[in-house]
Amino acid sequence: MSYIAGSFATAFGRHEGQDTLGLMTQAATGALADAGLERADIDGIICGYSTTMPHLMLATVFAEHFGIRPRYAAALQLGGATGLAMAATAHFVIQSKAASRLLIVAGENRLSGQTRDSAIQALAQVGHPRYEVPLGTTVPAYYGLIASAYLDGRGAGEADLAELAVAMRSHAVDSPGAHYREPITVEDVLVSRAVAEPLKLLDCCPVSDGGAAMVVTGDQVNDHCLRVLGSGQAHQHQHVSVVPDLLSYGAGPSSRMALDEAGIGLDRIRYAAVYDSFTVTLALLLEEIGLAPPGQAGALARDGHFSPGGAVPLNTHGGLLSYGHCGVAGAMSHMAELQRQLTGRAGARQIPGQPDVALLHGDGGVMSSHTSMVVALP
Amino acid sequence: MTVADWTTGEPQLVVLSCGGCGNVWYFQRPFCPRCGRLDPDEVASAGRGRVVATTVVHRAPSDEWRPLVPYTLVLVDLDEGVRVMAHAASGTAIGDTVGATFEERAGRLVPVFTPA
Ligand SMILES: [Zn+2]
Repeated sequence: MSYIAGSFATAFGRHEGQDTLGLMTQAATGALADAGLERADIDGIICGYSTTMPHLMLATVFAEHFGIRPRYAAALQLGGATGLAMAATAHFVIQSKAASRLLIVAGENRLSGQTRDSAIQALAQVGHPRYEVPLGTTVPAYYGLIASAYLDGRGAGEADLAELAVAMRSHAVDSPGAHYREPITVEDVLVSRAVAEPLKLLDCCPVSDGGAAMVVTGDQVNDHCLRVLGSGQAHQHQHVSVVPDLLSYGAGPSSRMALDEAGIGLDRIRYAAVYDSFTVTLALLLEEIGLAPPGQAGALARDGHFSPGGAVPLNTHGGLLSYGHCGVAGAMSHMAELQRQLTGRAGARQIPGQPDVALLHGDGGVMSSHTSMVVALP
Repeated sequence: MTVADWTTGEPQLVVLSCGGCGNVWYFQRPFCPRCGRLDPDEVASAGRGRVVATTVVHRAPSDEWRPLVPYTLVLVDLDEGVRVMAHAASGTAIGDTVGATFEERAGRLVPVFTPA
């Protein structure tokens, strides 16, 4: 049995002068406070990585810096899937009794800590160093390739993808920590400048500074814990050149594994937290998981299906597309929001009729690494 | 093992093939990733195939690529049974039958697919 006992995401955006350890510290402080725990209560730590602070041992560097002496420490690297994979690992560690109260933390000054070219080049290295990167690739280009296959294979249009950007932005309007909060329209997305066709600027998440953390425990340490019911993963490829099927990447088996462990069906899910680095990422994941019929993710978004008042509210803080993306911490903001929604602490964004069961899904690389989790009120 | 292909300045795409299990693959390595057999056969591709994905890059990754935007990247399923990433002529679309040519771009040789 394990519980998400606390979580916290800093505001995402431009935080001039902040570094990786500073953002991780802010996030960890917030998550501990949310859990109602002190440093001395923590006996395990799991960190991700930071492109602006590459280090062999980020977990113990941070443990020393922050002031904890854990009996379990690890650093994980699964790209955008890292945050949720860290939560899943904490769940396993607790079941194994190697530790009982773990701090999971990430932060990065990905926007202000490097030039935009450096950020773009660092991220493009998820491509193959010999057969892809030398072609002048970028992460948006990998996803642009995927998007072309999605639009062609599913008979969807660019305006359908745009609906997902519009939905995430509409959620961010009431989300004070979001990187971008001004409402946008489908037309705004369609006329925004081309980045890697068919993807335009507003189909892409921003590069942000920020941090996020959570506390995972074996006992219910407060009255707003969420219980972890199940988790799953799938890792079918690394590079987009070798994807066996450009419409199916592993989100299906990963989410089914999590739902099966939880012993529930998809129809029981009342809130979804799904990785949304690009509009097409979100469309493909929603459809492969089964939260939208093939080709219909955008149409459902337009009809309000994923809005706070809809059937399955999704990323109500604005998601990566509008809350922002600072690397490992990016998708951890989804967990912080989800915990607030399920425990009735989401303030102005609170979903009517407080949802009780949620599915999370993260994706790393180029639709490469998939991690899913089902959580619920205890 | 260093396969002589466009990545080493040779104007060709090379497919690797396993004499044991018949597996074919593109990213070079000295063993079959399916059965582990060593010493795969190197097969020079005829460079013909079908486009399965396209993108037009407008935001270049670096100064060397900046003057070349917009440029088209594609995934092509070669007749030999592997998928490759490459450049392509402007206007190339999914489903097109294409053939590989090789051009110097951003200071190195790259495969560029054009209508077959
Ligand atoms: Zn073989």
